[in-house]
Amino acid sequence: MSTILTKTGTATRRLTVALAGNPNAGKTTLFNALTGLNQKVANYPGVTVERKTGMWHLGASDALLIDLPGLYSLDATSLDEQIARDVIIGKVDSVGRPDVIVAVVDATNLERNLYLTTQLFEYGVPVVVALTMIDVFEKQKHEIDVAKLSAMLQAPVVAINAKGGRGRNALADKVLEVADQKPSIPSELNGSAPKSTNEKIFARYNFISDAVQESVRHNDKESHRVSERIDRVLTHKFFGLLILVAVLLTVFQAIFSWATLPMDLLEQGFGTLADAARTVLPEGILADLVADGIIAGVGGVLVFLPQILLLFLFISILEDTGYLARAAFLLDKLMSRVGLHGKAFLPLMSSFACAIPGIMATRTIENRRDRFATILIAPFMSCSARLPVYTLMIGAFFAGQKVFGFISLGAVLMLAMYTLGITVALIVGFILKRTILKAPPPPFIMELPPYRLPSVRTVFQNMVTRAWLFVKRAGTVILAISIVLWALMYFPRSAGSEFPVTGSQSVSQTNPEPGTGNSELESQQLRNSFAGKLGHAIEPVIRPLGFDWKIGVALIASFAAREVLVSTLSIIYNVGKDENEQSETLISAIRNAKDDSGRTVWTPLTALSLMVFFVLAMQCMSTLAIVRRETNSWSWPLFMFAYMTGLAYLGALLTYQGGRLLGLE
Amino acid sequence: MGNNTQITGKEELTATVELAALPKGADGRVVSVHGDGAVARRLMEMGVVPGATVRMVKSAPFGDPLEIRVRGYSLALRKNEASSVEVCI
Repeated sequence: MSTILTKTGTATRRLTVALAGNPNAGKTTLFNALTGLNQKVANYPGVTVERKTGMWHLGASDALLIDLPGLYSLDATSLDEQIARDVIIGKVDSVGRPDVIVAVVDATNLERNLYLTTQLFEYGVPVVVALTMIDVFEKQKHEIDVAKLSAMLQAPVVAINAKGGRGRNALADKVLEVADQKPSIPSELNGSAPKSTNEKIFARYNFISDAVQESVRHNDKESHRVSERIDRVLTHKFFGLLILVAVLLTVFQAIFSWATLPMDLLEQGFGTLADAARTVLPEGILADLVADGIIAGVGGVLVFLPQILLLFLFISILEDTGYLARAAFLLDKLMSRVGLHGKAFLPLMSSFACAIPGIMATRTIENRRDRFATILIAPFMSCSARLPVYTLMIGAFFAGQKVFGFISLGAVLMLAMYTLGITVALIVGFILKRTILKAPPPPFIMELPPYRLPSVRTVFQNMVTRAWLFVKRAGTVILAISIVLWALMYFPRSAGSEFPVTGSQSVSQTNPEPGTGNSELESQQLRNSFAGKLGHAIEPVIRPLGFDWKIGVALIASFAAREVLVSTLSIIYNVGKDENEQSETLISAIRNAKDDSGRTVWTPLTALSLMVFFVLAMQCMSTLAIVRRETNSWSWPLFMFAYMTGLAYLGALLTYQGGRLLGLE
Repeated sequence: MGNNTQITGKEELTATVELAALPKGADGRVVSVHGDGAVARRLMEMGVVPGATVRMVKSAPFGDPLEIRVRGYSLALRKNEASSVEVCI
């Protein structure tokens, strides 16, 4: 607690209040209702458990509200439980020991929710029970005697309807009332004889059963009918799997089709911006840096924001409705064959958007070895950063072609890349779980929460927070790489290129054939630049994969972040303002690119080889940094980098050389 | 913990079976929870304690895991975990 001086000069205490509750108990909704927009999201020191705090106006004073991670118990078997316990006993420096704990209890799932509450009683901090979902509970025609329950628990109980605001003031009053009281522990929970853990659990549930029996009248068998009926279809032995496949297909289809328009708009916007920069800035190195380096590089990546927002939107909705838990239920058998936990499904699914939130989501997996195995294979899921690469290659070499006359070859290839990633992930997972991460199959004990309509606000917030990570990356890592790359290609200046050659004169509309105008000068400049020398140096290694030194330059750059490939190729082929992956100019530049001996550089087989490389390679500094933080060691990220990149080289080699043997070139 | 995790319910019971053997749609009363310490503890924390009523709802498409209803909510668990729970019908 801290003491602050109010305007009148009297000292008032600022309370610290912790919000604890089971997953799906309505904790987040209540937290949002109490704090409004007044929230701060950070991480607990040293771990990636999210630390959400906010200001709660409690009548005269304010309280610092801490949203603890959702938990079932405080026995510290998972990272979340450990952190929650540390906060409650005041072991976390960044937040003070709470003065009051608000136990969020789902009225429709009273007994199991109260289990955590009975544990909270034992920490000597006053507890106020906030009974959520009371509207749903009453709609199911159950009755609850709140006063009686409160008397049984020996703690204040307030019925809350978070959305409508019912009970919010009463909750504030109770928190202020108990803040200075010494809490009493019900005698049933306070047995003097030392007991084993399981005896304690047994005693807690007996206490709860008695309390609930006294205070609740259940309307028999009416509850959960809706969820059960939905599950008759959604977890049906046959239709359940069919629907799961259909859901995933719909999500991916929507991501591609709905995002087209905003992506086109963004692309035009960045084009206009680059033009504007050239008009405003004097011709020369600065204008080149801004237009060709910064705007081309960062813009080329930010164009994918609509796709990423959509993907996160769908994941949030699937998560909040309760469907993701069903997906884990349906797929657990397959996952356990590999040796993974059904819970690994969510992190792996999230990794289709981005491995970073996916890897962060693995902390729900309790066993360390299972968790690490999931982390190590998560980056094989084709993330959104690979999309630009796939789209560019397909657009350049496979567009408009059909399989069986009606399925687009591009869609088939896209599906093949996703499937390749998943297959390799499962194989690697299988091997890891039998070698360096050997462990018995992990237990699978998971709640299937009732289906609920997702809260618009929670879904929106989820989407924005995760998308912000991506934007931040574009503004930092990718910005820095773009500048460095641009400089590596711009310097040292070759003789005869004192005039800015990567310049404005070749605006693509007026010059439909890029690479024709100043191409001699430009290619000479690139060849002699630092980047060109680096590309030449690695060319012998990547030649067997079908790549020349220019692709080598782009490849090196893309080890920082995959999507950098597109912006680098744009800079290399000097496409100028239309730096986007779908731009005709980049596509035609790639198609028409010739190597030093005049041979065509890119063939469909080269494109395929490059795509396979991108499916398998570990080309993301941010992911490596997260893995370092999550595993708390450098050896895991280094191992990950080495084995993935080795596999990528092998995969691309097999693709290219195999293809040539089959005469595909 | 280990072996002393076994806690017996209040009542004297006749025929007991493993939870996984409970037919679909049938109710059972938990008699004991034993086996590996962490699994038994988690199950009990989730409300599967001796004396609790459980109903077998269904099994997943490939026969595993199982969905049971306990204390008014749905819980999924593998047959392997379910084998540490004994119920009487």
